[in-house]
Amino acid sequence: MSTQEFTLDDLRRILLEGAGADEGVDLDGDILDVRFEALGYESLALLETGSRIEREYGIVLDEDLLTDADTPRALIAAVNEHLAAVPRAA
Amino acid sequence: MTTSVVVTGLGITAPNGLGTQDYWAATRTGKNGIGRVTRFDSSSYPATLAGEVPGFAAEELLPSRLLPQTDRMTRLALVAADWALADAGVDPENLAEYDMGVVTASSSGGFEFGQNELQKLWSQGSQYVSAYQSFAWFYAVNSGQISIRSGLKGPSGVIVSDEAGGLDALAQGRRLIRKGTRMIVSGGVDASICPWGWVAQLTAKRLSTSDEPSRAFLPFDADASGYVPGEGGAILIMESAESARERGARVYGEVAGYGATFDAAPGSDREPALRKAVEFALADAGIAPEDVDVVFADAAGVPELDRVEAQALVEVFGERGVPVTAPKTMTGRLYSGAGPLDVATALLAIEEGLIPPTVNVHPAEEYGLDLVVDQPRTAEVRTALVVARGYGGFNSAVVVRAAA
Repeated sequence: MSTQEFTLDDLRRILLEGAGADEGVDLDGDILDVRFEALGYESLALLETGSRIEREYGIVLDEDLLTDADTPRALIAAVNEHLAAVPRAA
Repeated sequence: MTTSVVVTGLGITAPNGLGTQDYWAATRTGKNGIGRVTRFDSSSYPATLAGEVPGFAAEELLPSRLLPQTDRMTRLALVAADWALADAGVDPENLAEYDMGVVTASSSGGFEFGQNELQKLWSQGSQYVSAYQSFAWFYAVNSGQISIRSGLKGPSGVIVSDEAGGLDALAQGRRLIRKGTRMIVSGGVDASICPWGWVAQLTAKRLSTSDEPSRAFLPFDADASGYVPGEGGAILIMESAESARERGARVYGEVAGYGATFDAAPGSDREPALRKAVEFALADAGIAPEDVDVVFADAAGVPELDRVEAQALVEVFGERGVPVTAPKTMTGRLYSGAGPLDVATALLAIEEGLIPPTVNVHPAEEYGLDLVVDQPRTAEVRTALVVARGYGGFNSAVVVRAAA
């Protein structure tokens, strides 16, 4: 049984693909504990991000998760929890 | 006394020029912007020509945050608004929060964005549809995105009346300024050159099926056979003359008069209402027909519509009573972008004292118009009338004049 890990780099890539990056925001910086709102992502951007994560990793995230996980660290942890609970076939 | 409302900034994205300088350099000399459609393969469609805005690199002009959530028309509008604000010397950050609003016109919304998402819906499934489809196709999205980008919290909205809408938006902007808002970002930008937008436009049966760029759009010509659609338009900064004076702004001219009418139902024996719109605009400006130095025509390119417009102009101004021009022969018809672009062009004509030409057209004698063709005409231009008609019976007219 192998579980995939969802990393900060994965999140960065998906954020950029789905919602781009605001002027003056450096996604390559130390963003783990910066609130998504402060990074320039509103609820639609997070909705788009969530749906891209679901598509790519074959998981279904709770609707509440995207509003509750308001920093990259919280979202990454929540996604990894799902990935551990629903292991993919190797 | 009613507040005088002036234009202090222009932002232009047009098929024959990107930016005011390029556009005017092209337009004053009659440079054509119509060609074969490049944004999709139009070869299997009855109409194959369009006026496309060339060389527009949105990724160099807008933050990447805005790209996944915007249709082409919105990207063009956002850049035009940035340019117009810069041209007016306005930094919204220095204004009070509610001092500036946005009223644009739209005729189709974001069709290309919508088409892409619908294709994903049917071919891949609903989870592949962008969350931004929820607003990216809206009629009001250009106003909304401009407002968000520049932090403009004053009264805002959108006007939808096909090609007349661009003038109607300027009129609404003027109304809001007269009610006390200091500045309004107005105008219109449309872009619907994609298969879905194309078939929607074809249903009106007014698109030219000619494949020769110089023969396809010939308003007021005996060979007129429809029009070529285009994309782009203009965003204008409007403010009270007093506000412009206070901040020492350069004034392009005054939006001095406006009139709008709606045609009777098809088959009615009532006369077309276009002449009334022109008369209302002149009356609103407090001027007589002989005060008008040039008319920017709607120039439908459809014989029966050309006849209606020519007749209205002859009734108001007399036979060959005023120079008439249609620079849109270089760009195609830009829907909601057409009126604002013609108003911007009229203001540039006033500034230079030069009427840009109608290209490719040999005017039919029967219309009785003094059409400025082939070459630009030097003339003292102080007052211009801009006419725009929208599909379904919309008629609008705006009078602009040199700053007092």
